[in-house]
Amino acid sequence: MLHYLEKEARKLEHRSTRAIIENVSRRKFLGGALAASGFVLAVSVPNAEALEPLKPYPTGGEGMPHGYGKASDPHVYVSIANDGAVTIVTHRAEMGTGIRTSLPMVVADEMEADWSRVSVVQAPGDEPLYGNQDTDGSRSMRHFIQPMRECGAAMRQMLETAAAAKWGVDVSLCRAKAHHVVLLDEAKKETGPKLGYGELSEAAMALPVPPRESLLFKTPEEFTLMRKGETKIVDLRDITVGKAVYGADVRLPGMKFAVIARPPVLGGKIKSFDATEAKKIPGVESVFEIEGVYDVPRKFGQLGGVAVVANSTYAAILARDALEIEWDDGPNASYDSVPFFKEMSKTASEPGKVIRNQGDFDAAWNGAKSTFTGEYHMQHLVQAPMEPLVCVARIEGGKAEVWAPVQSPYGARQDIAAALKLPIEDVTVHVTLLGGGFGRKSKWDYMVEAALISQKLEGKPVLLQWTRDDDTRHSFYHTASVERIDMAFDEAGKVTGFRHRTVAPSILSTFAPDSGYQFNIEYGMGFVNTPFDVPNIRCENGKAMAHTRIGWYRSVSNIPRLFAVQSAVCEAAHQLGKDPKDFLLELIGPDRKLDPKALGFPEDFWNYGDPYEEFPIDTARLKNVVRIAAEKAGWGKELPKGQGLGIAAHIAWGTAVATVVHAEVTDDGTITVPHAVTALDCGFYVNPERIRSQIEGAAVMGMSHALYSGITFKNGAVEQSNFSDFSIATMRNFPRQVDVHIVEPKAGQHATGIGEPGLPPFAPALANAVFAATGKRLRNLPMGEKVA
Amino acid sequence: MATFTVNGESRTFDGDPGTPLLWYLRDEAGLTGTKYGCGQGVCGACTIHLDGVAVRACMTTIEMAEGKSVTTIEGLSADGEHAVQKAWRQLSVPQCGFCQAGQIMQAASLLSKNNAPSDDEIVEEMSGNLCRCGCYQRIHAAVRLAAGGV
Repeated sequence: MLHYLEKEARKLEHRSTRAIIENVSRRKFLGGALAASGFVLAVSVPNAEALEPLKPYPTGGEGMPHGYGKASDPHVYVSIANDGAVTIVTHRAEMGTGIRTSLPMVVADEMEADWSRVSVVQAPGDEPLYGNQDTDGSRSMRHFIQPMRECGAAMRQMLETAAAAKWGVDVSLCRAKAHHVVLLDEAKKETGPKLGYGELSEAAMALPVPPRESLLFKTPEEFTLMRKGETKIVDLRDITVGKAVYGADVRLPGMKFAVIARPPVLGGKIKSFDATEAKKIPGVESVFEIEGVYDVPRKFGQLGGVAVVANSTYAAILARDALEIEWDDGPNASYDSVPFFKEMSKTASEPGKVIRNQGDFDAAWNGAKSTFTGEYHMQHLVQAPMEPLVCVARIEGGKAEVWAPVQSPYGARQDIAAALKLPIEDVTVHVTLLGGGFGRKSKWDYMVEAALISQKLEGKPVLLQWTRDDDTRHSFYHTASVERIDMAFDEAGKVTGFRHRTVAPSILSTFAPDSGYQFNIEYGMGFVNTPFDVPNIRCENGKAMAHTRIGWYRSVSNIPRLFAVQSAVCEAAHQLGKDPKDFLLELIGPDRKLDPKALGFPEDFWNYGDPYEEFPIDTARLKNVVRIAAEKAGWGKELPKGQGLGIAAHIAWGTAVATVVHAEVTDDGTITVPHAVTALDCGFYVNPERIRSQIEGAAVMGMSHALYSGITFKNGAVEQSNFSDFSIATMRNFPRQVDVHIVEPKAGQHATGIGEPGLPPFAPALANAVFAATGKRLRNLPMGEKVA
Repeated sequence: MATFTVNGESRTFDGDPGTPLLWYLRDEAGLTGTKYGCGQGVCGACTIHLDGVAVRACMTTIEMAEGKSVTTIEGLSADGEHAVQKAWRQLSVPQCGFCQAGQIMQAASLLSKNNAPSDDEIVEEMSGNLCRCGCYQRIHAAVRLAAGGV
């Protein structure tokens, strides 16, 4: 296993250095000859009508740490061996979205590579070179589609230019096609001669990268991989035969195995510990204290505790069980979910800090013919990837090397360097496959822990394993929240006022002193940007302090917000005697791009990090997916008793998504989902097969947090520990059939997010379907698997 | 000293007979295809075959394996072309892939004793194997596909 990783890592190092060195030296060597043969970079002449010029647009990708790096440079991202084997770097982490396949597909398609001759190599954490690697926020395709297309187009044009030089013809007569460059006649017809990419690689790689404005892209009609949905993920075979390498599969010679006993309450410290019994366990080698980060804000600082090192994971776990530790729990021991929700509910009944103010909600409320109020609760969530956190670390000759399933390898590298007091150049972070991430693996506390243990062992290689219990009890939890919606209606049943109050501990508490209030990123997720055509809208945030580490879980604040808003829409429709789908469309109102200023949005409402002009909130696209989902699900059809349809929709990460859930409540009250339909518009899309799998998975994950998966606290500690007392959806009860409809993009529509936006609509659509089936309204997540 | 076979090879282990096969396979034998997910037999990620029947490696001790044959995902078929593996690939079942070795071993065990399972039998047999990515729809379809011959 190690062999595999080291070989890949070495290949990568050699390749990027080699390409750069070769580029310089070959250019020196060939420069004159090329000039003499009339070689020019005449690539601005279109060489085929199937190509179109680049129309670059800004995204938030430029503003992320290290932006695009050198992602559009083929010398950094592509290598072609003399036999024609193409290697493409993938710099984002694979946690199940398929990105390790989809981004290289973009490069391969643009450069006309034969996919069967492409292999993919995972980049280590190096953002200055590869661009931002924080695989989070549904950003990979949204932010890297352009540099990846540029990289592939540049490589294609370099290959064509190299062929032109070999043939001594103008480059306009050379066209890249299926891993070859073919020679055209003046009528642009193929004449027969062709050169393989392997034959051209050295000369092509020696060329300078064509300037961005000279690049030509393939038109969608010419795509061979993108949009086709026929490409299998690159790791498929390895996964099915047990050869895929995840975090704990890294094996180093002489490697030790460790676990840590961490404080049950956040901020807790060791009063005393006794390792006498633990040290008697055969195979145990050492037991020592790991200092935690106790100063607030803790960021991703390790929790501290007692580390046990042994010659097997099993011995380490047994010894940890035998430790006697007395903890000083500290002030967070008061955290108790039951009173905390009561307090949040009270806060939500009072005015909060005004975050968005459009028109005059109070006047609308006071002058209303009728009103609606609904309060919706959601317990904490834990990401619970199937692969618990794990990390391998070793320090040799003053250099640290770390292997981990990590969403953000460069962020981890920076903090590991700081923790070990090493310059960042002396720290290498290798990224294995991630056995799920869902946001947990973008917080690298577990990697710093492993590095510190290795340091304590004088650099010996060590594998730090988190048990499932550790994973459940020591996460950065999705916040617990109370969302309250108030609506005012006039005589005609029109909504004249809409107020949304959110009360929830903030993610910001992890990064800055806790004010009890949320911040723009949280406000921008289904709170201030609800696209309703209502004259008076007010959004308020009530105070709630954090008593545990608050982090993110796939889709973040959109989950509780959309649950509240879309449940309330359905409830209000029922109160007004309207069809919920029609009422939702009525609330969204006319086709338009929202004008955030005119609507009283806060100045910075984040917009998922993207410039608003390029990624606006477009109600026409939202209404379109609502109509498609409703139609495909047979909205309005007669259903037997105990069955019903529910709908929910939103725009998030730039993607419009609507889901219709068909619920069937059995005689004993069990909630089942025979069918769900999702329609989505994510603009320029690449890999429809993986988009479908993401949405199928989102339905299952949505079912989990809708029915089962709350995390609660008592005396400051998490009450759940493992899948025995914390449930997720199983094959016994999951959405049995999920249909996905992807809207074909129009020219100029940018790629938007996929990993997250499909998740939030499921729970409210299910709650609305349960209401349609039974007349019972479930306002708290998790709802429980049965209707009482 | 316990004696058993792993993927057809004879093995002995003279450590703690209470050691779960999971940790023996991963940390001693270096067969990392079998995954740790929960350690309590409630997630199925570590599913292997003991004398051809699916068991959870985290709940099966070395002692229980005495004289028996252990099969892991690495040994399910010599060439990786077991009907279940082929069906999994044909339908592109995995997302992150971490639970899939366990899923495949569970499905192979089911099909070895019942080559034409009903939908409900598939649910019954596979419901102890969790998948957080939510691949159940395709897992169910792939078991059916494998049963029909790929």
